[in-house]
Amino acid sequence: MTSEASVLASLNAGLRAALADDARVIVLGEDVLDPYGGAFKVTRGLSEKFPGRVLATPISEAAIVAVATGLALRGFRPVAEIMFGDFLFLAGDQIVNHAAKYRAMFNDQVRVPLVIRAPMGGRRGYGPTHSQSLEKHFLGVPGLWVAAPHPLTDPGALLRQAIALDDPVLFVENKIGYGEPVRREVPGYATIRLADAAVPFPTVWLKPQAPADGLLVCYGGMTPFALEAARHLREREQLHLGLLVVSQLSPVPVAHLAAVLGDAAAFPIVTVEEAPAEGGWGAEIIATIAQLRDARGLESASYRRVGAKTAPIPSARALEEAMLPQARDIVAAVLECF
Amino acid sequence: MSDGPYAANDLRLAVTDRASPLADHYRLAAGIRGFEQLLLDAFAQGRVAGTTHTCMGQEIAAVAITAALDRARDCVFSNHRGHGHFLAYCGEAFALLAEIFGRPDGVCGGRGGSQHLHRRNFYSNGVLGGTVGNAVGIALAEKQRATGAVTCAWLGDGAFGEGLVYEAMNIAALWKLPILFAIEANGIAQTTPTDMQLAGTLSARCAAFDIPVEEVSGADLAETLGAAVRAVDATRAEQRPHAVISRALRLGPHSKGDDTRDPAMLRAAWGHDPLTALRREAGGAADAIDREIADLVRAMLAAALAGSAGA
Repeated sequence: MTSEASVLASLNAGLRAALADDARVIVLGEDVLDPYGGAFKVTRGLSEKFPGRVLATPISEAAIVAVATGLALRGFRPVAEIMFGDFLFLAGDQIVNHAAKYRAMFNDQVRVPLVIRAPMGGRRGYGPTHSQSLEKHFLGVPGLWVAAPHPLTDPGALLRQAIALDDPVLFVENKIGYGEPVRREVPGYATIRLADAAVPFPTVWLKPQAPADGLLVCYGGMTPFALEAARHLREREQLHLGLLVVSQLSPVPVAHLAAVLGDAAAFPIVTVEEAPAEGGWGAEIIATIAQLRDARGLESASYRRVGAKTAPIPSARALEEAMLPQARDIVAAVLECF
Repeated sequence: MSDGPYAANDLRLAVTDRASPLADHYRLAAGIRGFEQLLLDAFAQGRVAGTTHTCMGQEIAAVAITAALDRARDCVFSNHRGHGHFLAYCGEAFALLAEIFGRPDGVCGGRGGSQHLHRRNFYSNGVLGGTVGNAVGIALAEKQRATGAVTCAWLGDGAFGEGLVYEAMNIAALWKLPILFAIEANGIAQTTPTDMQLAGTLSARCAAFDIPVEEVSGADLAETLGAAVRAVDATRAEQRPHAVISRALRLGPHSKGDDTRDPAMLRAAWGHDPLTALRREAGGAADAIDREIADLVRAMLAAALAGSAGA
């Protein structure tokens, strides 16, 4: 992956490589065929290259996941696309009560190696029903992994990792994140990549060169916003923030959180997500960190959650911008801690 | 998938195929009835916790439609009322009983229970409608691999309230998938009569997707087996979905004691119990078969209540 490639190009290349390398991989979803290649073009060029293995479905999200689950039960490795993540609830019963359940309720006699790709997020003016980040509702579902690529990892490799996993994975992409350039390093930080057997989807830890004054924890489409906020805080406030960019949203990557906490003195922690923070991903991260600190007898410190305002996302650009979390909201949350 | 850690013992029913003599079909159907009665008794006596949905009255569809399948390759996706389907598929009565009794030697180690079973190419789930979509996916998998397998999806008239059933039927017909929709129109959805929850007809709903459909009483083994054989063979040969609708009534409660139907109507239905008719047709062998099933039921219950796997 060159530093020029976008998240979109990386995902497309990853899917292409998965189809080329493994005859069990099969792609299905709405409008995924060429020349259209999917609403966000992740499947572009695939149906021409792999005829019969990229299937255009009716507008039937529940059936897309249901059929993919049936394929997975019989040894295929289906990759289902839900055109807008907002529509995941149409397939919610299939995800929660079928795909995620079968392995456990059949006593480990089956596996369901299924990937459900879902573009989430706003900032494109698509309005209340085509702009949400609904992944928080699928966190903590037994038997289901939730993963999200971001520009500091190799999104295509992450997708291939999800496809290789023997359990269902909800793979959350971010709509404006598709255009972000993929990069391995960020100037001013040491890049540490955390990965282990317990947490298959890696975490990127950006350690500032000066001792860290605090930590931003984010994922997916909020990564560029967190980086911008950290730059602002360094340049304007002389505050040096570490960044923890996770790609495994569920189960919580406890081992990675523990590694970052180390034995350091207490420092403020700010979580950053695009969805409303109430009942969200950041709350779970903060609860986990607080428990880890407690268990180690570490002092606690300030915690803040940054997310969208709790209201439907408006269509008008200015209203949407005021509603979704911006870099300035992250800066403000950090400054509250000092 | 490999065999699970469940009990492999002699406490099982002999399954039948399309060439089996009538007496063998009767033995299997009577075995299913005996199994279901054993369960209802065990629940009534407080010997088992949880829930169950029995198929008394509907045994003939389970036996005949499964007999028409090719167990070496065909797949089955069953629903919440699936004991008959499971027993007709593999006959493993004790493994099923142990599962419902929550024993580690149950077919799914006690984790699935009555509604969530898996054995070889047999799967079930207790959420209505969703299973039909999964079955279509299985049919697609088998077609992609050109195994020649037919997938049998069991669903009741109550499940026709679920939208996913139509999404699944549409895809099955559109993609010409080898799937048999085995529809049990037992006239009641838990406590709601079909005429209070279904507009139009089931056959018209199948026809809307160009899915050929044959209706049977579900009370006559030869009639049901004949329709099942035609439908399974056509599904395999034409590589497209077919449907069979069985009209057999549910004679027992939805679950364990929750039957709100008119007692006079139920008495009349029991008076036309399809198993009684099949027993008559089985002739002189029936008495011995009944004793055999009674012995099996007693032995299964004793084994299920014993501390270790029934050996």
